[in-house]
Amino acid sequence: MIMLRAEQLSKGFTLHLQGGVHIPVLAGLDLELRAGECVALSGPSGAGKSTLMRSLYGNYRAGAGRILVRHRGAMVDLAAADPRTILAVREETLGYVSQFLRVMPRVPAVDLVADILIGRGIEADEARRVAAGLLLRLNIPPRLHGLPPATFSGGEQQRVNLARGFIGGHPILLLDEPTASLDAGNRAVVIEMIREAKARGTAIIGIFHDAEVRDRVADRLFEVTPLQEAA
Amino acid sequence: MKGYNFGYLDEQTKRMIRRAILKAVAIPGHQVPFGSREMPLPYGWGTGGIQVTASVLGPGDTLKVIDQGADDTTNAVSIRRFFARTAGVRTTTHTEEASVIQTRHRIPERQLREDQILVYQVPQPEPLSRLEPSQAETKRLHALADYGLMQVKLYEDIARLGQVSISYDYPVMVNHRYLMSPSPIPAFDNPKMHGMPALQLFGAGREKRIYAIPPYTDVRSLDFDDHPFRATRAPHACGLCGATDSYLDEVVTDDRGGRLFVCSDTDYCASRRETTQAAAQ
Amino acid sequence: MNEPTLVSARGVSLAFGAIRALRDVELDLWPGEVLAIVGESGSGKTTLLNVVSGRLRPDDGAVWYRDPQGVLHDVHAMPDPALRRLHRSDWGFVHQNPRENLRMGVTAGGNVGERLMAQGARHYGDIRAAAIDWLEQVEIDPARIDDFPRTFSGGMLQRLQIARTLVTHPRLVFMDEPTGGLDVSVQARLLDLIRTLVARLRIAVMLVTHDIAVARLLAHRIVVMQGGRVVETGLTDQVLDDPQHAYTQLLVSSVLQA
Repeated sequence: MIMLRAEQLSKGFTLHLQGGVHIPVLAGLDLELRAGECVALSGPSGAGKSTLMRSLYGNYRAGAGRILVRHRGAMVDLAAADPRTILAVREETLGYVSQFLRVMPRVPAVDLVADILIGRGIEADEARRVAAGLLLRLNIPPRLHGLPPATFSGGEQQRVNLARGFIGGHPILLLDEPTASLDAGNRAVVIEMIREAKARGTAIIGIFHDAEVRDRVADRLFEVTPLQEAA
Repeated sequence: MKGYNFGYLDEQTKRMIRRAILKAVAIPGHQVPFGSREMPLPYGWGTGGIQVTASVLGPGDTLKVIDQGADDTTNAVSIRRFFARTAGVRTTTHTEEASVIQTRHRIPERQLREDQILVYQVPQPEPLSRLEPSQAETKRLHALADYGLMQVKLYEDIARLGQVSISYDYPVMVNHRYLMSPSPIPAFDNPKMHGMPALQLFGAGREKRIYAIPPYTDVRSLDFDDHPFRATRAPHACGLCGATDSYLDEVVTDDRGGRLFVCSDTDYCASRRETTQAAAQ
Repeated sequence: MNEPTLVSARGVSLAFGAIRALRDVELDLWPGEVLAIVGESGSGKTTLLNVVSGRLRPDDGAVWYRDPQGVLHDVHAMPDPALRRLHRSDWGFVHQNPRENLRMGVTAGGNVGERLMAQGARHYGDIRAAAIDWLEQVEIDPARIDDFPRTFSGGMLQRLQIARTLVTHPRLVFMDEPTGGLDVSVQARLLDLIRTLVARLRIAVMLVTHDIAVARLLAHRIVVMQGGRVVETGLTDQVLDDPQHAYTQLLVSSVLQA
């Protein structure tokens, strides 16, 4: 079952502060993602992998084309959807793990993770229990659960971020270098979690710089080519 | 008395005041502005009450004037004499004989009748004046019946003192609509205003406001369901007549701390003593 | 997604003499949605807040509000009593300076209870219980219920103002720079509190702020204003991460990165 399909997707940036120069990044891109499969984006640095991810999430506004996402049984075009629809799709269907943790300051790690479940109406204690379990699995010790992650190490912050991404069980997951600053042990946990998600039918698009991780989770590669070279 | 119109005020002024009174009766508890006149006594001595009394008084009326319940205090005596001279009306100290009663700070103990009018002297007609300094705003609050602020004041009293601390000029809701100052009568008197058969008129001379409670009008003292209004009095019997149902004044009788609680309503006290004496004989 | 809007502004314009404070502004707000109005001083964002809340009358255009029964009201055609009733029940206002909203001579409990009493609550015990509950919700020690606000810190005052506003469970709260003038550490706690309460009670918020970080943390959608005009509007992270309009790009690029 197709979960996500980009059709003739283009994206560029017009920099008004630099005299209105236009930088095209993606042009006429087609991409299909099925349930239970993991597609790894490949291509040189600067080719537009992150831009593609952010466009698929609706974080960047698509310049042209369609981004169809299976949401509540129907295909919704995120490139044309109104903001409230995009929020609803993100809430239920489309999860995203970014490279950096950007969250409300001074909120304990466990609450940051549980928040996603509480937002869906799950009782707070139960949500915290699930969140704590996930943090533990990602080797965040209980003594850190009650602390805001601002003071955590880069790897710990990324694992909190991963917990936030995985706790919702979204049918589609976008993973932007999920293992970048993790040690071997934690990388193994993340690989395990990705494989479990796939087994549940989750459709995943990822950017994996780590070749070992990519080989262990990706079903196929999707080449993003720099436009300058393609032209 | 020559040189004065009946009741001192000229007829045009009385007409103007009567119109204000009619409007006040039509909108129970609502403050009606009127063109208060200079009177031959200072503000604070009952100029508002006198103008209302002068406007409702006819030659056949019998007038009683009390100050803090007493007929024989300076203020009461001089106002009573003022109308005896300028209107030539009969005066009395007996509540049941009077057709018009002007009062400062009390309601007579004896139940009033439909053919009587009670005129209150009012120093500050605006019940919200201490809470909201802007007159424009208090007017707006009345217009919108937005009285949460007064309820907050009662809340604050209970929160900090355990009970509402207002012992006189206790605010009332008239006819379920207007918040009203009953003038500085003791809270003990508030229940007497509710459903009173007599017409109640209020005159504030300095503030130039008249308001009214028509006969048999609903008048409720503000309170909370779980802290209901209670009319309190000194827990004594009157030292002269033995009454246990009247409002009492505390009188210092000597230099050695001797004290006596007596009825503040002198006519009520005197008539009770007469009845007791008559029964004894 | 066809849920009807809570508030809609259409073609709203307002001039102060030669200054065109608002020019043909359109705006929609849905139930439970946090909408941030950003822009620099003089962009018209506070004027827009005042027009939408009925405190200022526009020269042109209209603001529509849908009441809980689904009836639409032209905010500026509402009789004064109805608008005031709205402001003390279904709507709330959180000012930058809590002293504008709080009664400094009334205890914390009285401040929280006032809106309930204005709505006719007449049970002292219930009012007090509600006040205690709300002090706890905004993380003020309930033991301070009988203290005067003047003994409170700036952050506490702002939280007290929020308790006082939310006690009647309004559906729509207007916030004008709610975290302005507070220390950064106090700001963070307040932001989290606002975000949690608003989400849990599903309150729609129209939030005016010049602080883009505040908009990012609280708002679902964002409206960028410049010179009385809406120059860009959309999903908060999209507008801030991929700004389209020159002014928005300037605004976003001017933010100091912590």
